[in-house]
Amino acid sequence: MAEWADQWKEEGRKNIWGTIPVVAEMQSEGGAAGAMHGALQAGATSTTFTCSQGLLLMIPNMYKIAGELTSNVIHVTARAIATHALSIFGDQSDVMACRGTGYAILASDSVQEAADLALVAHISTMGSRIPFIHFFDGFRTSHEINKAFAISDETIRAMLDEEFVLDHRLRALSSDNPILRGTAQNPDVFFQAREAANPYYLACPTIVQNAMDAFAKQTGRGYHLFDYVGAPDADRVIVLMGSGAGAVEETINYLNSQGEKLGLLKVRLYRPFAAEAFLAALPATVKSIAVLDRTKDAAGLGEPLYQDVLTAFSEAFSSGTAPFAQQPRIIGGRYGLSSKEFTPAMAKGVFDELKQPRPKNHFTIGIHDDVTHTSLAFDPEFSTEDPRTVRALFYGLGSDGTVGANKNSIKIIGSETPGYAQGYFVYDSKKSGSVTTSHLRFGPDPILSTYLITKANFVACHQFSFLERMDILAAAAPEAVFLLNAPYGPDEIWNHIPRTTQETILKKKLQFYVIDGNTVARETGMGNRLNTIMQTCFFAISGVLPPDEAIAQIKKSIKKTYGKRGDAVVQKNFAAVDAAVAALHKVNVPDKITAVFDILPMLPKEAPAFVYNVLGEMASGRGDLLPVSALPPGGTFPTGTSQWEKRNIAQMVPVWDEELCIQCGKCVLVCPHAVIRAKVYDTALLANAPATFKSAKPKWKNMDHELYTLQVAPEDCTGCTLCVQICPVKSKSEAKHKAINMEMQAPLREAEVKNWNFFESLPSVDRGRLSHTQVKDIQLLDPLFEFSGACAGCGETPYLKLLTQLFGDRLYIANATGCSSIYGGNLPTTPYTVNKSGRGPTWSNSLFEDNAEFGLGMRLALDQQKGYAEDLLQRLAPTLGDDLVTSILTAPQVKEPEINAQRERVLAVRQKLAGVGSAEARAMLAIADSLVRKSVWIIGGDGWAYDIGFGGLDHVLGSGKNVKVLVLDTETYSNTGGQMSKSTPRGAVAKFAEGGKPNSKKDLAMEAVAYGSVYVARVAMGGSDMQTVKAFQEAEAYDGPAIIIAYSHCIAHGYDLSFGMEQQKNAVLSGYWPLMRYNPALRTEGKNPFILDSKAPTLPLKEFSYHEARYTMLARSRPEVAAKLLLEAQDDVERSWRVYSGRAAMPGRSASPHIAPPEPVGAIAPLGSAAPK
Amino acid sequence: MIDLRTAYLGLSLKSPLVASSSPLTESLENIQRLEDAGAAAVVLPSIFEEQLALESNALDRDLSRGTESSAESLSYLPAFEDYRQGQDAYLSQIRRAKNACSIPILASLNGATAKGWVRFAKEIEQAGADALELNTYSLATGSRETSGAIEKELVTLVRLVKEATRIPVAVKLSPQYTSIPHLAMELDQAGADALVLFNRFYQPDFNIEELDVSPKLTLSRPEELLLRLHWVAILYGDVQADLAVTGGVHSAEGVLKSIMAGAQVAMMTSVLLAKGIAHLTTIQTDLIRWMEEHEYESIRQMRGSLSRRAVPDPSAFERGNYIKTLSSYTMRAASV
Repeated sequence: MAEWADQWKEEGRKNIWGTIPVVAEMQSEGGAAGAMHGALQAGATSTTFTCSQGLLLMIPNMYKIAGELTSNVIHVTARAIATHALSIFGDQSDVMACRGTGYAILASDSVQEAADLALVAHISTMGSRIPFIHFFDGFRTSHEINKAFAISDETIRAMLDEEFVLDHRLRALSSDNPILRGTAQNPDVFFQAREAANPYYLACPTIVQNAMDAFAKQTGRGYHLFDYVGAPDADRVIVLMGSGAGAVEETINYLNSQGEKLGLLKVRLYRPFAAEAFLAALPATVKSIAVLDRTKDAAGLGEPLYQDVLTAFSEAFSSGTAPFAQQPRIIGGRYGLSSKEFTPAMAKGVFDELKQPRPKNHFTIGIHDDVTHTSLAFDPEFSTEDPRTVRALFYGLGSDGTVGANKNSIKIIGSETPGYAQGYFVYDSKKSGSVTTSHLRFGPDPILSTYLITKANFVACHQFSFLERMDILAAAAPEAVFLLNAPYGPDEIWNHIPRTTQETILKKKLQFYVIDGNTVARETGMGNRLNTIMQTCFFAISGVLPPDEAIAQIKKSIKKTYGKRGDAVVQKNFAAVDAAVAALHKVNVPDKITAVFDILPMLPKEAPAFVYNVLGEMASGRGDLLPVSALPPGGTFPTGTSQWEKRNIAQMVPVWDEELCIQCGKCVLVCPHAVIRAKVYDTALLANAPATFKSAKPKWKNMDHELYTLQVAPEDCTGCTLCVQICPVKSKSEAKHKAINMEMQAPLREAEVKNWNFFESLPSVDRGRLSHTQVKDIQLLDPLFEFSGACAGCGETPYLKLLTQLFGDRLYIANATGCSSIYGGNLPTTPYTVNKSGRGPTWSNSLFEDNAEFGLGMRLALDQQKGYAEDLLQRLAPTLGDDLVTSILTAPQVKEPEINAQRERVLAVRQKLAGVGSAEARAMLAIADSLVRKSVWIIGGDGWAYDIGFGGLDHVLGSGKNVKVLVLDTETYSNTGGQMSKSTPRGAVAKFAEGGKPNSKKDLAMEAVAYGSVYVARVAMGGSDMQTVKAFQEAEAYDGPAIIIAYSHCIAHGYDLSFGMEQQKNAVLSGYWPLMRYNPALRTEGKNPFILDSKAPTLPLKEFSYHEARYTMLARSRPEVAAKLLLEAQDDVERSWRVYSGRAAMPGRSASPHIAPPEPVGAIAPLGSAAPK
Repeated sequence: MIDLRTAYLGLSLKSPLVASSSPLTESLENIQRLEDAGAAAVVLPSIFEEQLALESNALDRDLSRGTESSAESLSYLPAFEDYRQGQDAYLSQIRRAKNACSIPILASLNGATAKGWVRFAKEIEQAGADALELNTYSLATGSRETSGAIEKELVTLVRLVKEATRIPVAVKLSPQYTSIPHLAMELDQAGADALVLFNRFYQPDFNIEELDVSPKLTLSRPEELLLRLHWVAILYGDVQADLAVTGGVHSAEGVLKSIMAGAQVAMMTSVLLAKGIAHLTTIQTDLIRWMEEHEYESIRQMRGSLSRRAVPDPSAFERGNYIKTLSSYTMRAASV
């Protein structure tokens, strides 16, 4: 929403007062709330948009804004709050956490309501002086596309009483009419002053209802504080708020038509809770009520809405004002946490429960709780879908444009025909090869079904490979249409689809169509974009529109959507539309099952039981069916699980040329997904190798008699080609042939899987034989970060992989929320793994804003435990022996062999204490591992380090503690879609910097250098891999805080990431990203700690930056602004180069030892200073 | 008073000195400086349809990459209301140049498809260009393309553009056609208002350290003028279309030779890149001085004076020339 506001601002759109609102992006939601508070105090009308953790950060200001009776609206797309895990999805936990702030809370249930009640909130806040949260369900409403009527400026003008706006302005701070607000008050008056606000709260519900009435007069769409729907004489009623109302209303309509007497009370104004209006809205006949909360109060008597309803009834009955003869039975329950589906079947389950003589209270619906047995049963087959609605399901890849095409289809039906359309899109949590599922409904009446489609009459599978592991037709209704994109024609397709799929087609009598969409795409220049092609096929066979009309509409919409991208794009899309129809074929379905293979499980049976049974179900899309008992309470999961999920997303994979390869290890280093590995092993081991397994003579001096193999994991590769781009070797007889080359995956898959498995069985090289500072040797160190879901070609993950290769077996990671926490920790499978001895990184994510502090806490705990363990050692010396104790206490642990030796000693301690049952011995066993050196790394992106977490980061760097910080600097908020951070460079466009960022990037490195005691490095792997490795080694070795700022190319930069490392190099060559290290340890040697590792710029900045769309888009949209910013950005480069080269040229202490004036002879030393020599 | 005036493409020019299509004429400032230095007309750099298609596709890829793949990041770059396409910038440059200068502004177009040629030609006309130079460079790399088909395609294209536009159209040719006079005649008949001889091309150069091949364009050398003079002298009088020389004109002498061969104008870039735009003034001064010294009154007077039709022995332009040059060289060598 804020991004739209920013875009409209850039487009110069004016508000009803004829001005363009200011949009300011802050470093955090806490900052946004503070800035908004200030703007309100200074007399502006102001709003903000947020949810989840962001809303929590606003709470302190919300108390203030409400306490000061200030008109304000916060629009919230209600989402879950991180507890045992983070979830970005929708529920009302965030809003409920704000119910004590004094903000009014107004709920919208649908897309149309979100627009309508947004205005009601703004009007009401002006009239009431009570600030409002206006919320609607995150994703289910915020991301649903539906036909809705926009509100005109005239309606807004007609509803807004300008007097209230003037009053708001007059209440503002003014030096011309000075006032004081925000006093500190004492016990004498604070309480009374707090109560002084009561009249405003008492008046608020009426003001809201008046605004709703005025709105109805303007638009014909009426709302009430509580809206009741259903039988006027209902005996059972559900009370809830938010999008779930759609599913319940559908259920009621259906069941009431069958003779039931059911009702739904939609709560719109939740705070202030108008109890009288609430009770009046319920039918007097009601006998039992279920209150549904989309949140969990883990330690409370019940959830918030439930408690409010109970209170309303209880007060009414105890005061004798209740409009009911008898108090209805009231139960409360939870539903829909983290966007868990809430369907008519579940609503019916609740109504059925209300029929029971002793209905279950504090229930859950939509899950199977086999632990505390809270869940209600329901029949998932129950459906209330309107038979006139076309329900279509599309399975695609994020990269093939399926979702975009479907959004387009909805727009066509919604805006070009009298029909109604709805779309909702589900994405998996991987950033490469992400599977998308589009749920589309088309029909003659408004579509209120706020749940996913489970009985589709059209199913399209846009990627043939999905059939291998997904039951695509599970949700197909009988006689549905099935459209498959496949490389096989109508006569040959049948034998290429799995048994279950064939069975379903026959059993459900599906109409089966096939198109070779990829060939059409290739031939029409669409590349891997199937959008227009599959959209055309959908319209051709779904019957939603007459085909000719549909094609005309698609072309019209292509022109509208792509026209601004240039004629070539329009023309190729037109060509794709025309070619699609010709390539679409109906399959003459045979009458029998012929398949000799079936759908494979997502994870193999060989996986550990928990991985197969629990993570495997999630990966297969059956996570919803897992019972409560399957999930670990508290959210602890094993590592090393991504190895089991073979995603097969690469069309082409790298193939090694062992003859040409110089074994430099660069491909292994840059591979973002750790799918290229190298090993050197005993020649004898080759005896059992598969036939096509390759090997070469190792190019290491001490390994002459062994063999070297570079092996690719064919089913884990994403096909990014970074490895091929970085390979420095070209064939002398054919320049395009390198030592590693991309080839089609399919023909290689079977053999390479065998090769990979064999390679995995080979022993790793003894780490002691390798230099840990040489890229060539590092390729032989096992990565403990593999096969993540990061984008193909990700610029962040090579650094993480390197980190785990170097220090993985003693690594503690505190990970800020962001891309690295999503590809690092999003279920089902996760990439951090263990080495052969079972050691590996241990990882946790706290929040976005507190990560540095979180990591510091880990360090403090480890240090404290180490101290305690050392103490215990001495106490246990009689058992352990003085020699062992002394050797542990005095052991150096700088180099890896020393650390390994310490592990052996700790093992000896464990063995000696194994049989000892004393308290001290048991305490020692619990913390003995803390005696071995641990490496604590605080990892996050620039959004965290430069913006929201900067205060904490700065504090932690200043703490002097031995923590290491790795900033994966993509110069933008990558995970949330490219919003500007303080790391965004001048001249780059980003969300909230549409006009190009006008000021320069913050120099975080120099800020850290300013401490003098912090190890600092700026690295770019593509600029110098040697320097990167050196920085990681030095940072880890430094006994104090260290920060590495790692240039990370990113999909948000807008170019083909195959060239990511080349762009990194250009960043360095242009001087944009100078490579430097600041090592305070050098000071003790009398040297200048500041080392500049890159040479003076040799490339104009433009030749680096104008390879990236984040810069060139500005040049295309506002060339003059772009030219000016480019000039200034070039100046930034030169300015920073002068500073860096100046610092690097400074003499060390040994060269200029005396800067302070000498002490005067006979002076009295100040207190605490060393005595003069 | 020496009369430097000439006519080209139906436009009357104050002199035969024209800045040819090159990156030099990209900026408005340079165009103004060229006018100040004495350029009688300026040909803008070529707009390449293929380049536009590449840019359009690249923009599409850049805006689509990574979108609609992740619930929290449905896109990565802000959406703009509009993106200035290559042609928008080009057309606006025509308008700006027309507003800023009083000399004729000629646009240059390199199309890729018949549709594209015609569409852009129309747009260029609408933007106010005084004339259009068709930069017809295409490279046949496939063994199935015949020379006849390539020439036919070119002639058809010129006819299409002529039918679609009213501004004069010049055709810039490459020297690598089998029968230039025949092609010239066909282009003439198709309505070409001028032929520009000859285009110079980027050539792939080899980097033997990096084992890389990349296109390279070197500045022209005065020796290259001879090829142009040769063909202008042959065509002069045989075609109705105006003739222009481009490539190798580095001095007043080169200009004089071009005119004497039969050209209406002599176009320059390399010498101005090497010596600066102001050098055009020197060339003009030299031109006037030479004409004064040799008592010429006007440019018109000397046009075609050394063309094939005008010289006593046209064999210099024909095959005999080859033998003669060699033999005279041998004789010279023998006499040393």
